[in-house]
Amino acid sequence: MPDSPVAGSRKEAAVQALAAVPNVPGAPKPDPILVADHVMRRFGGLTAVDVDHVEIQRGAITALIGPNGAGKTTFFNLLTGFDTPDSGSWLFNGKDLAGIPAYRVARMGMVRTFQLTKALSRMKVIENMRLGSTGQTGERLWASMLPFTWRKQEREITSRADALLERFNLLAKREDFAGSLSGGQRKLLEMARALMSGPEMVMLDEPMAGVNPALTQSLLQHIKDLREQGMTVLFVEHDMDMVRDISDWVIVMAQGRVIAEGPPEDVMKDSAVIDAYLGGHHDKALTASGVSFTEEDPA
Amino acid sequence: MDWSFIISTTLLAAFGIEAIVFGLAAIGLNLQFGYTGLLNFGQSAFLAVAAYSLATLVSQMGFSFWIGIVVGILAAVLLALLLGVPTLRLRADYLAIVTIAAAEIVRLLLRSVTLKEWFGGSDGINDFSRGFYDLNPIAIGRYTIGPISLSQDQLFIIIVGWCLVALALLVTWLLVRSPWGRVLKGIREDEDAVRSLGKNVYLYKMQALIIGGVLGCLGGFVYALGRQAVNPDFFGTDSTFFAYAILILGGAARVFGPVLGAIIFWALIQGSDVILRSLIDAGVPVVSLMTASQAAIIRFILVGAGLMILMIYRPQGILGDRKELALDAR
Amino acid sequence: MHRRFLAALGAVFIALIALFALAPTAAAEGEQVSGRLENRVDGGRTPVPGVTITVTGEGFTESTTSGADGTWVIPVPAQGAYEVSIDVATLPEGVGLTDPDKVIIKTTVQPPNINRIIIFPLGESTAVTNSKWETAAQLTFEGVRFGLLIALGALGLSLIYGTTGLTNFAHGEIITFGALATYTLNAGFGLPLIVAAILGVVLTAIFGAFQNRSLWKPLRKRGTGLIAMMIVSIGLAILLRNLFLFFYGGDKQAYTEFVGLAGIKFGPVAVTPSDIVVVIVSILALAAVVIGVQKTRLGKATRAVSDNPALASSAGIDVERVIEVVWIVGAALAGLGGILLAFTQQVSFQMGFQVLLLVFAAVTLGGLGTIWGAIVGSLVVGLFLQLSTLVIPSELKNVGALLVLIVILLVRPYGLLGRRERVG
Repeated sequence: MPDSPVAGSRKEAAVQALAAVPNVPGAPKPDPILVADHVMRRFGGLTAVDVDHVEIQRGAITALIGPNGAGKTTFFNLLTGFDTPDSGSWLFNGKDLAGIPAYRVARMGMVRTFQLTKALSRMKVIENMRLGSTGQTGERLWASMLPFTWRKQEREITSRADALLERFNLLAKREDFAGSLSGGQRKLLEMARALMSGPEMVMLDEPMAGVNPALTQSLLQHIKDLREQGMTVLFVEHDMDMVRDISDWVIVMAQGRVIAEGPPEDVMKDSAVIDAYLGGHHDKALTASGVSFTEEDPA
Repeated sequence: MDWSFIISTTLLAAFGIEAIVFGLAAIGLNLQFGYTGLLNFGQSAFLAVAAYSLATLVSQMGFSFWIGIVVGILAAVLLALLLGVPTLRLRADYLAIVTIAAAEIVRLLLRSVTLKEWFGGSDGINDFSRGFYDLNPIAIGRYTIGPISLSQDQLFIIIVGWCLVALALLVTWLLVRSPWGRVLKGIREDEDAVRSLGKNVYLYKMQALIIGGVLGCLGGFVYALGRQAVNPDFFGTDSTFFAYAILILGGAARVFGPVLGAIIFWALIQGSDVILRSLIDAGVPVVSLMTASQAAIIRFILVGAGLMILMIYRPQGILGDRKELALDAR
Repeated sequence: MHRRFLAALGAVFIALIALFALAPTAAAEGEQVSGRLENRVDGGRTPVPGVTITVTGEGFTESTTSGADGTWVIPVPAQGAYEVSIDVATLPEGVGLTDPDKVIIKTTVQPPNINRIIIFPLGESTAVTNSKWETAAQLTFEGVRFGLLIALGALGLSLIYGTTGLTNFAHGEIITFGALATYTLNAGFGLPLIVAAILGVVLTAIFGAFQNRSLWKPLRKRGTGLIAMMIVSIGLAILLRNLFLFFYGGDKQAYTEFVGLAGIKFGPVAVTPSDIVVVIVSILALAAVVIGVQKTRLGKATRAVSDNPALASSAGIDVERVIEVVWIVGAALAGLGGILLAFTQQVSFQMGFQVLLLVFAAVTLGGLGTIWGAIVGSLVVGLFLQLSTLVIPSELKNVGALLVLIVILLVRPYGLLGRRERVG
């Protein structure tokens, strides 16, 4: 895992690097880790995703927002190999990911979490964590039957898992079944488990969904910590307060397309964004956070 | 009523060929279904290809016993690959339907008149087991163990069978407590999550299908050698479902579950059957209204009702942990 | 819940006994092989006397000739495997085996079938062979007819799967139930076949509703997993099938007053009146259900429940009521399928079990849970099954159909009309 520099410095570095980037959809970034071009996915007659060009800045926290059905999760699935686009290409660290299966994408350093948490219920918390580590000798069929080939590595994995569990306040639950955890604890476990592989980029699909408000702050801090440790974060979120609080850059999707990009304050004033959220959705009740950014609207 | 006959018949079923054959089939299923969550409804086909490879190669083509065994195991591996390649990417229920269809294809081919030359049609094959019994080191004679009396050949196949069960249990035990087994359990819980952690889920499922199939196919050998005959209709879907009933009775995802299940299953089935027949022979009222052929059906009625009741009231079986199962809120 | 379930299970048991105990059971004295030679031309049946039949096996050989009513009986000394052969030379002129491979039929005499009934398929001598094209046309018609019968089972299975997620392995026994109930009313109680068939459909619908209420609904309420429910349905299938066997025996039975009328020729295709009944009744039933699902309020509610039960429930749809109707309709369709299937295959305890795999194949081909998919898949299976006999032996036609299922799933993993789901 990358080294941890002084807290806060990575945030400033990210903000500075992005300062010169124009607020237009598909804007080039100074040091992109992920570049997607003409990614298109249709379900029957419906075009779920049609992204012309988008770049994700390395070492920054980027939020992917948009109204329901904007194609955010589908875009996530495409980028991580869980779904196959009808056309398009996307590069991670300069390597073409088209046709690469999901597990290989994860091994290359881009791991994801899911909107509906996928804690492995009937496995203990510590087993969930151990499973997250990649490159295990004992996961090979023939070696697995010879415990002496993997015992040492297993001990090393376990100590790394314990350290992460401690950081995520889950050490007390170590021997519990993951299915017995609360919704928020499952989110924490899923994130901690993803970190076991030492990823370069972490993709979080609605990390706050279903989380008890008491745990929200701790989760937010954990996401900020990821950046401080040198990881790139891309996350999908509905909660505007959270987006404003932690993200360095915001990408807005609507009807499968990227319609706006920019730092959180600028994006929330963008008329195209407000239209996307409100236009055609006037009948829908606005969330408290949704109202909060319309108040900042100078118009 | 002849209690010693009832007891010896029951014990022979509980520790004899039936329990061994279905125990091995269920051990294979345990790895596939219990640990990995793969709904293989074609386990009987794995037993069939092994049993028929042995029988056909030895009887119809004149090869030696050991070649029959090796080809039988290879045939089980090949069947797993054939089944796995198209189905392991599909949803669980599709896998169930495709495997059951494949098992039926195997059975229909084995009993067909068209291929009678090789597989003996619906009569099966019966002269292939000499090579095995020539290996028997036990002196000719009858051996009495408690109330059971066995010939040297019966004793030999039962000993070999239980050795194979022990071997299969050892392999399962080593596998499921390793990180490899951890990946399987993860796939059972949620394969997308495991994929997101960088594991080649398809490969692991394939490995589980192959190993489970090979462990199960050992049961096919024991069946063929124990009966000294193979018959296509033994390898129908009911045999697969019996193996599931046994697995669930003993406790899925427990190493010893399948063996415990097989022993109890056959003791109950054969015990109730022989008691019922004794009652009919003794002319007990009501019961003796049944014909002998109806009495033989009772065991299947019991299996069906038992499987339902077990699945509803004690899905964890004898060895499982109810709390662990209750976590599965899907 | 425990008490209710057990009481319900007991009730099923008693109801079945009440129904079946009245059924005429085939009298089986000693081990024997018997049969009745009938010349089936254009749907009619005339007895064929004076034909020599020979039984050999277990070191035993015996011959006899068929009597004036076409029947013959050869008692055999012991249980075991026998070969029954017909001397084709003794057949009257113009009568021949419709399946030339059936000169010798193998059989096993063993409980529960110690009276083995052997049917030699006699008909118009096929010495004048039809052209390949005519055969294909005839097979196409038969494929469509069989496909429609499969569709009756498949539509119910698919509707139940769509609304409850249950992969019901006991659906074949619902098919059997329909045929057995009709047979009991017809042959046992002497009701006219049409009345018996209508009552048979009604009884099967009640059976479906009852099954749902006493077993599946309580299980859904407990939150039983889908795989657990699938395994329960396997248990139920084994239970019911063997109850049928217990009370009916293993022999095939025919409806009474099943007199064939003269067949009709449409171009190259020979059609019997029962074929016409089967085709028309199944098309009407399928159309009624498809229109019902598309047009009526209840049908729309059904589709809503299939899409998303939680959403449908929050939109004010009584999900349990919809599921109950689906069970009633699905069981009635399956029962009807069984009743019509017995026109050509006769009634037996495992008739539903034997077609279940084809029904599954049809539903899977079309894409699990889609209505049109089930019908299209059924027709594909039926047509393939019959037309494949042009190139492969007819004993292997099921092999062909099941292979096609696997191959299509390779190409289209979500069925012909299915859609793939989103991850996450």
